[in-house]
Amino acid sequence: MQHRTPEHAAERPTEPGPGRSEPVPFPRDRPKGCPFDPPTELAHIRAERPLVRLAYPDGPPGWLATGHAVVRAVLADPRFSGRYELLRLPFPGMPAEGLPPAPIGDLTGIDPPEHTRLRKPLAGKFTVRRMRLLTERVEQITAECLDAMAEHGPPVDLLTMYAQPIPTMMICELLGAPYADHAFFRRHTETLISQSAPGAEQEAALAAIHEYLGELVLAKRANPTDDLLSDLTDTDLTDAELAGVGGFLLGAGLDTTASMLALGTFALLRDPDQLAALRTGDGDGIDRAVEELMRYLAIAETGARAALEDVELDGQLIKAGETVVLSLLAANRDPERFPDPDTLDLRRNATGHLGFGHGVHQCLGQQLARVEMRVAFPALFARFPTLRLAVPPEEVPLRSAANIYGVRGLPVTWDGV
Amino acid sequence: MRIGTDRDRCIGAGMCVLTAPEVFDQDAEDGRVLLLDAEPPDGLQGAARRASFLCPSGAISTTSPDRPAPRPPHRG
Repeated sequence: MQHRTPEHAAERPTEPGPGRSEPVPFPRDRPKGCPFDPPTELAHIRAERPLVRLAYPDGPPGWLATGHAVVRAVLADPRFSGRYELLRLPFPGMPAEGLPPAPIGDLTGIDPPEHTRLRKPLAGKFTVRRMRLLTERVEQITAECLDAMAEHGPPVDLLTMYAQPIPTMMICELLGAPYADHAFFRRHTETLISQSAPGAEQEAALAAIHEYLGELVLAKRANPTDDLLSDLTDTDLTDAELAGVGGFLLGAGLDTTASMLALGTFALLRDPDQLAALRTGDGDGIDRAVEELMRYLAIAETGARAALEDVELDGQLIKAGETVVLSLLAANRDPERFPDPDTLDLRRNATGHLGFGHGVHQCLGQQLARVEMRVAFPALFARFPTLRLAVPPEEVPLRSAANIYGVRGLPVTWDGV
Repeated sequence: MRIGTDRDRCIGAGMCVLTAPEVFDQDAEDGRVLLLDAEPPDGLQGAARRASFLCPSGAISTTSPDRPAPRPPHRG
């Protein structure tokens, strides 16, 4: 087995690699014409040393972790905090002294024990078994989207007609929004995750959703139904926390899955051999394919943690308070963990990838995302066997400046019947 | 091989159930790990070890004797 333990990282030599004594700026630009590949400089940095000093636009340096073992070790280590207010991000326009603290219900930006208190009641709602029971419902929603695409006729934007509605409908039903509210809910969430809506419109949509969730929590307390929010009214979470958690689940579950479906389709359309592998894959095949797409695309490409105390890692001393920026994308492409890492290979065993993260913050909704992907990818290509891009690949608009990597639209077409 | 689980550390991510469903399950209420087989047979030990490695919260431990000890003929 190729598994490397976190301890492995500490066995490296103490001297910095040649030419890396100066902090490096965070590499952002992907190679031109290669929308799925990490910035070339990330691979260079990782090859020299998996943990290096990172330069910031202003203020003192931090750290950049690019190797799979080091990134994984930081994510698993309770001496590192995910609290937003302790994190400094090396991006232009980010505050030099830490981000605003996590809003109520945002599980990503808080640490145990507060994180544990909020996550524990949710974990039972997202188990492997519970999510697999939703398979049939995902299939129905997927079929409805495919029908709508067929009715519309080619070309369509796959992002807005397929990739976004599937997770939106699922989270809507999971939270327990009444059917009559689905249109309202969908309209506002679509504005929220839209790549083109003006900022003011997005803020208004966010406010409308928060107001709606607040009212929904009160309604569920008064008349519990069979859904996640109603179940959670039995816990010690406050109304504000419940509404906050609802908003967090929306934020975490929509854009991410939508991005995976759209960007994944783009990647498959660019790689006929892999598309063929997906078509011929059986149950186990599609499971492997989903893990490999998670590894290869690594849409949540960058994370960060702050050291709560001095930590020695990779033979170097990270001082208390310093931020370690984690390139999950570089880690997923680490040749020491995955042979031939820059090749999309749906038949490989990609488990151990960090596409859903690692440690106590590993994606809460990952089992739902897996069910959505294992249904939606094959169903799309089964319904439209001649599916292809409707524009040259270099004209597919990418969202490179966002938290979650992806496309801003995916024009596709197919042969009519 | 003997498996140990720490339900206080467990975050209910479900990686163990995905990886070794014959050995692990999740509590239907709180999502936390349930150990189905603390001493899995040879054919499941690889999967159990992978589950331990993949567990995001480090809630699964596996211990093997330093040298192969004679196995008891029957396990309860």
